[in-house]
Amino acid sequence: MILSREEVKHIAALARLALDEQEVALYQEQLSTILEYFGRLQALDTGAIPPTATVLPIRNVMRDDEQVLSSTPEEILANAPAADEGCFSVSAVLET
Amino acid sequence: MELYSLTIHEARSLLAERKISALELTEAVLERILEVDNAIRAYLTLTPEEALEQARLADARRTQGDDAPLLGIPVAIKDVICTAGIPTTAGSRILENFIPPYDATAVAHLKAAGAIILGKTNTDEFAMGSSTENSAFFATRNPWDLERVPGGSSGGSAAAVAADECLGALGSDTGGSVRQPASFCGVVGLKPTYGRVSRYGLIAFASSLDQIGVLAKDVTDAAILLQVIAGYDPRDSTSVNLPVPDYMAALTGGLHGVTVGVPKEYFAAPEVMQPEVTAAVQAAVGVLADLGARILDISLPHTEYALPVYYLIAPAEASANLARYDGVRYGLRVERGDLIETYNATRGQGFGPEGKRRIMLGTYAWSAGYYDAYYLKAQKVRTLIRADFDAAFGQVDVIIAPTAPTTAFRIGEKVADPLQMYLSDIFTLSMNLAGICGVSIPCGFDHDGLPIGMQVLGPAFGEEQVLRVAYAYEQATEWHLRKPDDGRFRK
Repeated sequence: MILSREEVKHIAALARLALDEQEVALYQEQLSTILEYFGRLQALDTGAIPPTATVLPIRNVMRDDEQVLSSTPEEILANAPAADEGCFSVSAVLET
Repeated sequence: MELYSLTIHEARSLLAERKISALELTEAVLERILEVDNAIRAYLTLTPEEALEQARLADARRTQGDDAPLLGIPVAIKDVICTAGIPTTAGSRILENFIPPYDATAVAHLKAAGAIILGKTNTDEFAMGSSTENSAFFATRNPWDLERVPGGSSGGSAAAVAADECLGALGSDTGGSVRQPASFCGVVGLKPTYGRVSRYGLIAFASSLDQIGVLAKDVTDAAILLQVIAGYDPRDSTSVNLPVPDYMAALTGGLHGVTVGVPKEYFAAPEVMQPEVTAAVQAAVGVLADLGARILDISLPHTEYALPVYYLIAPAEASANLARYDGVRYGLRVERGDLIETYNATRGQGFGPEGKRRIMLGTYAWSAGYYDAYYLKAQKVRTLIRADFDAAFGQVDVIIAPTAPTTAFRIGEKVADPLQMYLSDIFTLSMNLAGICGVSIPCGFDHDGLPIGMQVLGPAFGEEQVLRVAYAYEQATEWHLRKPDDGRFRK
């Protein structure tokens, strides 16, 4: 298989996904099969071809710097799993 | 004729002539939903009270002389499109309790045009799938055969239109998610050009490919809906500031002077193609020729690479877009000792199997050591796929191709084999990679009585020529008038 179990676990860690052992085995097999199919791309010579990131011409989009109404803090915090004193609440990031 | 089975243009005439009221129409459709949706399961959320209130308001507006283009027309919205105050789950546990504080621009346009929102339709989680089986909540059934999938990811919207549970619906199309379910359910599915319809309020899956589209009972209705939602939006920096043409004016019925391209690569994959699909689309090309179109054999030589290119680029963009679901600002949070463990547990429990698969595939494609071999390579081949279409549209006005290699497959048939599921998208992926437009319309039925769909594809901002050809074909045929036998799913 193209991917090892360790690689699957590494990808899951990068993607912040907790996987159980069964999932690791399943994704190892499925992702390896998919990547193997993708190998056909390597047959194409693309040396001189520029990549396409978007079909639109890349440009900066500017607007006038004017105050406009947007959502209120109450509206935004209504969907928060935990909020406190008008802020999103999470467990401590730094040791105290 | 039952009111729920009306098209938008038929209902519009009856409403304008005051032969029916918006309230009667909305009540009839809500009653229809109660009768059939236990079996079809197209809707995730219904908003009957709001719908009836909007209908009364629409009738009051009409009394005052208002004649907005969708005044009193009941529609459904795919649940990846934000609706203020109405739950919007994206078919995922991670957004199960999310209530958007604002409307997507496309929804705001529908409301301003007088449309009545009936509810939110089922979708594969984050629009990732081809069967609507990846919904975290339940699978939707195909009205033509309840043991089969409606297609995906806009399977709820397509099934709702096919079963007369709404007059039209919004969907989203990242790699065929409007066109393929339209084909499986025997309805019309239009994917506009990238940039034609604002994506503001569409929950992001793959930002360079996503486009809101419409599902409708016929081509005229698709043109009416597109007219309302198309246009520049300063809130979407990828929406394009070009005037919106009068799409109804394109529905002339004639095809003289139109050149139709038939790409050989879409008819030469016998190992995956159902022969009846090939035959139906070839017969449809004959109809277009009889109507006066010139037919030209063409080639889109990089077609076979569309699947790997799409399934590298789309998951890579998805892995970035879905990074926002971390349990901090909205959505599910599974609390653990520290923040990293909270992220891991939240995302591990909140995303379903396909969501996790694509996040991992995309993370891998973007990870150190594999970027050049997979992602950059895919972006380069994307350039070639786009160049194929540019060359073709130098010779032809539209391209005809099957929408999917087969008719609707059975529920459960491809769930255990993701690559087989991905292969059901092979004919719809290239258009998103190239950013062009297309519509899927019914063009026949197979021996099981399942609908077959064909795509009419046009260049970027070529919606008028696409609608013109689709309309001419529709007027010359009667496939779009067939309805599934509702004796099998009506209570």
